[in-house]
Amino acid sequence: MRTVTAAAASAPPDRRTAPPSRLRRSWDRNWYAWAMVLPVVIVLAVLIFYPLGRGIWLSFTNLNEANQAAEICTKSITGSQVCDENPNPWEYAGLDNYVRVLTGQVGQFWEWTGITLIWTFVGVACHYGLGLGLAVMLNRPMRGRGLYRVLLVLPWAVPAFVSAFAWKFIFNERFGLVNSVLAAFGIDPVSWFADRWTSLFTAIVTNVWLGVPFMMVALLGGMQTIPGELYEAAEIDGASPWQRFRAITLPGLRPTSMTVILLGTIWTFNLFPIIFLVTEGEPAGQTEILVTGAYRAGFEGIRNYSLASTYGVLILSILLVFSVFYRRALRKQGEVW
Amino acid sequence: MSQATVSVEAEAEVAVPAAPTGTARRTGRSRRGRAASLLLHGALTVASLIAIGPIVWVLLSSFKPGYAVQSTDLALVEDPTLSNYRYVLFDTSFLRWLANSVLVAALTMVIGIFLSATTGYAVSRFNFPGRRPLMMVFLVTQMFPVAILIVPIYTIMARLGLINTLPSLVIAYLTIAIPFCAWMLKGYFDSIPTTLDEAAALDGCGPFVTFWRVVLPLARPAIAVTAFYTFLTAWGEVAYASAFIQTDDQFTLAYGLQQFVPRFNPQWEYLTAAAVLVTVPAGLVFLFAQRHLVSGLTAGGTKG
Repeated sequence: MRTVTAAAASAPPDRRTAPPSRLRRSWDRNWYAWAMVLPVVIVLAVLIFYPLGRGIWLSFTNLNEANQAAEICTKSITGSQVCDENPNPWEYAGLDNYVRVLTGQVGQFWEWTGITLIWTFVGVACHYGLGLGLAVMLNRPMRGRGLYRVLLVLPWAVPAFVSAFAWKFIFNERFGLVNSVLAAFGIDPVSWFADRWTSLFTAIVTNVWLGVPFMMVALLGGMQTIPGELYEAAEIDGASPWQRFRAITLPGLRPTSMTVILLGTIWTFNLFPIIFLVTEGEPAGQTEILVTGAYRAGFEGIRNYSLASTYGVLILSILLVFSVFYRRALRKQGEVW
Repeated sequence: MSQATVSVEAEAEVAVPAAPTGTARRTGRSRRGRAASLLLHGALTVASLIAIGPIVWVLLSSFKPGYAVQSTDLALVEDPTLSNYRYVLFDTSFLRWLANSVLVAALTMVIGIFLSATTGYAVSRFNFPGRRPLMMVFLVTQMFPVAILIVPIYTIMARLGLINTLPSLVIAYLTIAIPFCAWMLKGYFDSIPTTLDEAAALDGCGPFVTFWRVVLPLARPAIAVTAFYTFLTAWGEVAYASAFIQTDDQFTLAYGLQQFVPRFNPQWEYLTAAAVLVTVPAGLVFLFAQRHLVSGLTAGGTKG
């Protein structure tokens, strides 16, 4: 730090005698930039775009666990191995997977999509609403603010899989906390995982509990970038708290809100562990969302890799369409991106 | 820049509703009414209870013997014992899983941050051709569902003979970590005044030196937050861990703990103890990092 300011004070540019041309300078800068970006670009290409390309290609094949090998080897009684060419190797299958998935011959694509949409919408709405409410309350000067903040942020510190187990435990039919509390009020215990909607409810509760702290902290940060003079001016003009909230806080939060809602939607849409561990799709696969459905297609039973990839492509398409529309809506409001 | 436009906008809108409410109600925010104060604290207390309730319940349950955990009575403490912890720590592979998890998460964190910090800086400071597409890529990769990458990465790992090894998990987690780290760090670098860079450049520092000596030390909070976040992501990942790892000695915690809750006869008393053991270290680091969270996150969150 100190060396820097000292350097700024003694400013003679001792670089070269002639100032470099603008073009030359821009090339210099870009050279550095590209060098800095290069490792990540390579990693992204190898780890994301190559697999992505392959995944898209796989979705046009019929690859599964049974037909993936080029040769099938069987051990004979003498211990020697006999290898035969796989009589039924995997091959290009065109749009078969898509047709079968979209027409419902395999899996329950539309049903899962419906569940996913409900799961995402309710989840993000609760995240944002509760996060905003708590952030507004925490943004006021008051006693014990630091303590509240730490307590409210705690769920975030719990790894998702631990919360999933914790809530599954709490919603347990026989001895879970929720049913015990209900019993204390004389209400019959609910078998949460026996019905689609109560089962989905447990997963959403878990997700909301887990996701609110992030929203709260992000929005709290956004609020702190709003200049305090605005509130003072509004107060002098006699604006009520609600008016101040509507006229200052909400517009000031817009950039933050737009980002966290977009990210929250994408994350929730693809959120794997909660559904996978809390409801496990119970009852009978009725609370499966697209991501867990795709996972089960690919890694449970006879592993159907091509089918899982097909779901993957469909999920990605849905999200891409969503973000394009989202961005367009934002651009109309004059947002930066 | 975006911030400036926002405040202008806000100011314009403030002027409108201010006029009609002429009732001289100037209760300053510091001079809140007693009822309002009560309401505020009440709401926050309820919220805090909901936030810590499940954690406390699991913590309490972890000290109960099995029959008390599986009872319908609402007892806070019943025959407290440490036997669950003893069992989890010494009679299961828990410590092995813990070591695996720490190794995987730490490697992901270090490699992820290391690779993406320069990128975040370059994207933040230089307006080079390819900058905007790169930012788009970072955002789009956030959308990639685990389902589309998991199969190809699985087949690649299988071909490389890496299935059932920890490096396969690190590689898989980097696909999640790198775009996120680069995005977050770029946002924070944006908030560091460029005048510092210029001063360093006048001093004769090249971009790499400037980055290393000037910008990186200033970005310590953001790096702490990003590192922590990456660590937790890898720590809690379930899908790849379930798909890639097959033998008990290579499990990570996220997958290993599932062993305690099979569909029939789940051993909740051990699960709760293990859950506490998993959460406590993460929670401590978190409490330490959380004071930086607000500054670290907002920078990343608000600027596109």
